[in-house]
Amino acid sequence: MSDQSADLLIEIICEEIPARMQARAASDLARLFADAFAAANLAHDRIHSFVAPRHLAVYVDGLAVRQQDSIAEKRGPRVDAPEQAINGFLKSTGLTRDQLVTEETPKGTFLFARTEMKGTATAALLPVMISDILTNFPWPKSQRWGATSFRWVRPLHRVNVVFGGSGLEGALDLGGANLPFTTASTGHYFEAPADLDLTGVGSADDYAALLRGAHVIVDQSVRVDMIRKGAKDLAARLGCETKTGETTIAETAGLVEHPHLLVGTIEDRFMLLPAEVLQSSIETHQKYITLQGHDGSFSPHFVVVSNRLADDARDAVILAGNQRVLRARLADAEFFWMEDKREPLEAYLPRLADIAFYEGLGTVHDKAQRLEKLAADIAASIPGADAACAARAGLLAKADLVTGVVGEFPELQGIMGGFYAAAADEDTATAVAITAHYRPQGPDDNLPDSAEGLAVALADKIDTLVGFFGVGARPTGSKDPFALRRAALGVIRILIEANISLSLHDTLRKAAGYHGFAAIDDELLPFIRERFRVSLRDTGIAHDVVAAALGDSELDNICLLADRAAALGTFLGSENGAGLMTGWRRAASILKSEESKDKQAFAPKTDPSLFVNTAETDLHSALEALPVAFSDIDLDAALTSLGGMRTPIDRFFEEVVVNDDNPKVRDNRLGLLAMVRERMLGVADFSKLEG
Amino acid sequence: MAKTHLTTEGLDFQSILLNLQRYWASKGAVILQPYDMEVGAGTFHPATTLRALGPDHHWRAAYVQPSRRPTDGRFGENPNRLQHYYQFQTIFKPSPPNSQELYLGSLKAIGLDPAAHDMRFVEDDWESPTLGAWGLGWEVWCDGMEVSQFTYFQQVGGIECAPVPLELTYGLERLAMFIQGIDNVYDLDWDGVPADQGGKCYGDIFHRAEVEFSGWNFYHAETDMLLTHFRDAEAECGRLLALETPLALPAYDQCMKASHLFNLLDARGVISVTERAAYIGRVRTLAKGCCEAWIGAADDGQQGEAADV
Repeated sequence: MSDQSADLLIEIICEEIPARMQARAASDLARLFADAFAAANLAHDRIHSFVAPRHLAVYVDGLAVRQQDSIAEKRGPRVDAPEQAINGFLKSTGLTRDQLVTEETPKGTFLFARTEMKGTATAALLPVMISDILTNFPWPKSQRWGATSFRWVRPLHRVNVVFGGSGLEGALDLGGANLPFTTASTGHYFEAPADLDLTGVGSADDYAALLRGAHVIVDQSVRVDMIRKGAKDLAARLGCETKTGETTIAETAGLVEHPHLLVGTIEDRFMLLPAEVLQSSIETHQKYITLQGHDGSFSPHFVVVSNRLADDARDAVILAGNQRVLRARLADAEFFWMEDKREPLEAYLPRLADIAFYEGLGTVHDKAQRLEKLAADIAASIPGADAACAARAGLLAKADLVTGVVGEFPELQGIMGGFYAAAADEDTATAVAITAHYRPQGPDDNLPDSAEGLAVALADKIDTLVGFFGVGARPTGSKDPFALRRAALGVIRILIEANISLSLHDTLRKAAGYHGFAAIDDELLPFIRERFRVSLRDTGIAHDVVAAALGDSELDNICLLADRAAALGTFLGSENGAGLMTGWRRAASILKSEESKDKQAFAPKTDPSLFVNTAETDLHSALEALPVAFSDIDLDAALTSLGGMRTPIDRFFEEVVVNDDNPKVRDNRLGLLAMVRERMLGVADFSKLEG
Repeated sequence: MAKTHLTTEGLDFQSILLNLQRYWASKGAVILQPYDMEVGAGTFHPATTLRALGPDHHWRAAYVQPSRRPTDGRFGENPNRLQHYYQFQTIFKPSPPNSQELYLGSLKAIGLDPAAHDMRFVEDDWESPTLGAWGLGWEVWCDGMEVSQFTYFQQVGGIECAPVPLELTYGLERLAMFIQGIDNVYDLDWDGVPADQGGKCYGDIFHRAEVEFSGWNFYHAETDMLLTHFRDAEAECGRLLALETPLALPAYDQCMKASHLFNLLDARGVISVTERAAYIGRVRTLAKGCCEAWIGAADDGQQGEAADV
């Protein structure tokens, strides 16, 4: 802090902010204040942000206490302008003639009005700035409360503002009531509910320490660390490790003001349930942290993150309560698990006829029958895939949707189908394929790990894409209710990463046929192509290289096209490739300018008898030495061959002047360059490359 | 069924209910009795659905509402699921600034001291497609167990709520099981009277009803009759709303009837997935019409209501 700057603390106290929204809210708040300070021309140092379930705050280091004085300049008429014009300018600025300044500009000598603008005190700007930011805060969902019209994620109770160590006058207009700014924070709801005076807080660390003293860990990352480390230590003591991932740990951190970890135990009889069922009950539904043995086996222990301080008697009550809830949940799961297995998976198929897939796309039973056929078709293009197992898995993949466990735990669809298929003595390959057919569910998810699984996963996604596009339910803008973008990216990832060479056209046509459509929707291929371009770009291949590798070719064999893009990227990065590109650019640019002069394209042909320089002869021989036709499949080989042209092209441009005085020699040379252009374009669309 | 479990004084089922009523009465609520019709949840009671919209700026009410969920019937065999259970419902409009404190106080009043447990407010947005209603709030967890639904209503019948009501819904059986520390709903001590003095447990009172109604809900209800009743209720509701002076309250009775008939048809498994959405839409249309008629009537002043008294 200095005479020119002071620290600013803004803290909002509201009812529990949903865990999933907390991190974003903290960063939004910091960003919005940074933007507002920039717009108001207020310098500042670091902005710290904090969030806990009922606290949302920013602490700004060294915020300027007033805006810098500035000079507003307005250009008037020329010095020699008529009196009338100058008088008009004086009137508009409210200045006198002697207050104007004369200045030379490249356009002549002008009169200027300069007014010094005194900067406004920050304290005077803050109330409006704070109100604007809170009033327009970008919550994913917000609400009204009481008799006011203001919207916040949940009812907002206090806006605390401390500038330079003391409170700031101001109020938030709630639309029907005013909420004056205060300086009273609050501690843990149950452990330290008394007010906390924020005046005199001297740093971001001070603020966090003050709240910590009242049992609120207001820094989310600290709560996450406490939970992560606490769980790790408890696991180590039990001879196991943490299984729960970071996302869930962050979510549990959003549910507590002060984490306190307790260890619970799963009853033996429930350990016979599939690990996935245990995981769903314990982690997804109860938000406990699951543990696993060093061999990956599901541990009978789990960690409850409570929101109370340690107290042996109370901890015992809390733990007993949580265990009882979990017991009821697992007893339910156990009941359904046993019930579901009474009948073979196949017996559930008829009931799929009761579930509509989508208006115009039949029932889920219809989908199962389409998947049976399409999975078999696709399996034919996947080396090592057993088409019969793929077909069977396609047919049974959706049968678990009507089972009890999936009714309770929808996130286990597919996985339960795999268990029930195995229990019904289906082929292992069939069961494994059913388990994994929803994968990949996102960019971080693995592909199915069996050939049949890949076939069914592709069939499922392709059937969905062809179907929804076929009935006009395409994604629009940000709206993609059927997750068709994810389905398309899934198809692309599987084809590329599992190196599956199949004709997309043929497969989509077959899928369309099974839907009873006459053709594939016109917008589907461009949609997949766009996702494909994006995914190639995401792998680090420059967009112009992607464009050059894909050219205007029909998108058909994704795997092949991805290989081409990668090969071209590698080639262009090599010395030969870079050199060849220099030659390509010179050839292309000469051809372009001469063709526009002559108003005609030069045919790719040349007459060796008109060669004057050996550089022409050598370039011609190099062209002749190229294979008659390049293979679409092996771009590497084609590029290696083209790479051999680099030296003759370089020499040609060093030693030969294309525009010879003799028109015949000139045209012959342009014909030779046109041959270079034709052969290169035969490999990739180099014209799409930039710079 | 025979009563095997006798709970601590004041924690039996009927004491919990009485204490909740007494608590909310002490906070200024009008204590109402259950609405005399079959409904799926306490929200359907006109004291919530209609009063959330108007005409009073202030409306505070609390009541117990027997709730019927035909598809949740388990023939008395599941320790946690019932096709008939009790919801306790509180509605405070406008939502008070100390809503959470008031709520936690109600738990203390029924023997569940929040200070002795781990209470959480876990995000849960509420929506009723049949009522065209939604709100934001939480499910309240006590030691990992959901004990209440806490909602700030934003819309009912497609109409914005202004002021905003606070709705609290307690699942009484579940709450009582937690308080009494038992795992089977049928074991709940109902009256705090020992078995040898004629005391009753939940099962003594309701087990037979669960068995018989499960059979009716799932197998014996005459579906053609239910369909006819549904159409009749729908038509009557429409007719009452189309009157020159619409009769909002009688129309809303028919809307509740239609909603429950739909639930019964659903339990009988005669409504396909696609039809389901259409039926919900039909009930919502009725609910919206009733809400609009109710607000419209409210604009004319309260003579109609006064005349009823």
